[in-house]
Amino acid sequence: MQAMVNGPGTLVEMRNAGVHRGGRWLVRGVDLTVRRGEIVTLIGPNGSGKSTTAKAAIGVVRPDEGSVERASALKVGYVPQKVAVDWTLPLNVERLMKLTGRLDRKRIAAALEAAGIAHLARAEVQNLSGGEFQRALLARALAREPDLLVLDEPVQGVDFSGEIALYQLIRDIRDRTGCGILLISHDLHVVMAETDTVLCLNGHVCCRGTPENVLKSPEYMRLFGARAGETLAIYHHHHDHTHLADGRVRQADGTITENCQDHHHAHDDGDGSLRVKERGHAR
Amino acid sequence: MLDDFFTRAMVAGVGLALVAGPLGCFVVWRRMAYFGDTMAHSALLGVALAFLFEINLTAGVFIVATGAALALLFLQRHGSLSTDALLGILSHSTLALGLVMVAFMSWIRIDLMGFLFGDILAVSRVDIAMIYGGGVLVLAVLAWLWRPLLAATVNTEIAEAEGMRPERARFIFMLLMAAMIAIAMKIVGILLITSLLIIPAAAGRRFASTPEVMAVAASLAGALAVIGGLTASLRFDTPSGPSIVVAALIIFLLSLARLPSRRPTPIKSGGPS
Repeated sequence: MQAMVNGPGTLVEMRNAGVHRGGRWLVRGVDLTVRRGEIVTLIGPNGSGKSTTAKAAIGVVRPDEGSVERASALKVGYVPQKVAVDWTLPLNVERLMKLTGRLDRKRIAAALEAAGIAHLARAEVQNLSGGEFQRALLARALAREPDLLVLDEPVQGVDFSGEIALYQLIRDIRDRTGCGILLISHDLHVVMAETDTVLCLNGHVCCRGTPENVLKSPEYMRLFGARAGETLAIYHHHHDHTHLADGRVRQADGTITENCQDHHHAHDDGDGSLRVKERGHAR
Repeated sequence: MLDDFFTRAMVAGVGLALVAGPLGCFVVWRRMAYFGDTMAHSALLGVALAFLFEINLTAGVFIVATGAALALLFLQRHGSLSTDALLGILSHSTLALGLVMVAFMSWIRIDLMGFLFGDILAVSRVDIAMIYGGGVLVLAVLAWLWRPLLAATVNTEIAEAEGMRPERARFIFMLLMAAMIAIAMKIVGILLITSLLIIPAAAGRRFASTPEVMAVAASLAGALAVIGGLTASLRFDTPSGPSIVVAALIIFLLSLARLPSRRPTPIKSGGPS
């Protein structure tokens, strides 16, 4: 599986990959390539196989069909969706940095600085807030100077302005180090400006392309339209063409228009809308 | 110096505690207390089988404890019962099997109490050589395994993604546990082995800011427990193995006491999500 992949700069290449667990396919037929210097974003509803796809890409789960090829000696930096450290394990941020490899102090300090948590180097990870811990995990993955950075919803627990700053940081990392980034996000509008390719998943790849094209594609609208009531009410406004434009404007300068907020409050059902509400109150 | 049985007991016990410290930390961090107990209980089956096939006792215990661990891993993957239930089944059935087998072997006189609760005062020079030889080996392997095992303990997926091979680390750790149980059986007995792993580690948590410091603190707490427990058992004529465990418990309770200069460690289950 750890073979040389085709094409220069290709870090990981999945062909028709599928993962079967507990009697059902978590995801099937995924074609995905991440090249050096490229940011690929996976979006999709809950249970659509985003995390599974990312895990298959880096070898945490084995594909049951298709193939996954990684560049030889590929150095991965991984930020999983959920990390819980048992309180019996004394672990401060500085020690967390060195979890999977030796690092000198300078690199640790630089990574903590970049993630904006230099002042927390000595703090125990169990005492960090959700957002701080997320930054610490990101700093840990960064400090390794990986070829491929895999971030599974890296901004959970981070407030809206911090969220935008973190995505900018992720893009800066790519620009500076030239690594490839595989990003999982629930909010396409926020990551839009930073991503090159978007894969929209729902048990399979339902559409792909540049963020603009994916936003416009009928598959994307159908997917999030059909599931509107279930989980991600935040996607409601994607289908409203007047609001599609608003979303982009908001993304560009980081402000939400009055109009947009009212719209979200109207759909008060599900996790997604709750997030939006929180944002609305925050400003 | 080793002529005196009490000195021999002290040297053996301290050596064991030094090995148990770091190993016990991983047992606590990985929430494997009951798992360790199960491996230890299977040791009696190992003893019985060793007598039956006339092989070395320590080797027999090592093999059976490893087998119990592997059986559990297999059942976890392919069975439908919860780990908790599986542990309960394996733990007590291996112990019972051992007891029944020993009862059948009427041609051998076995000091059952010695195996169950340990007989540290009967430690020989050979036993001491075994404890220190085996102990150094266990600690050396653990030092080599430290980074992958710790990474796997914090998060298996990160460890797997970043080339730490967590499955291999876990398997080697089980072998180390089996080795520890094999050499510790004579000292504290199979019913009390896990206490020597867990209690000093728990006591060490209070004073540690990094995993490495906690491992050393656990070793020291364990050594202190052995010295205190043995001394007390001589003074009050109490059984030595249980006395060591009681001493460890007292050290643990003292470690919970609030120190004026330090912030108390918040007790949470799990980290931030």
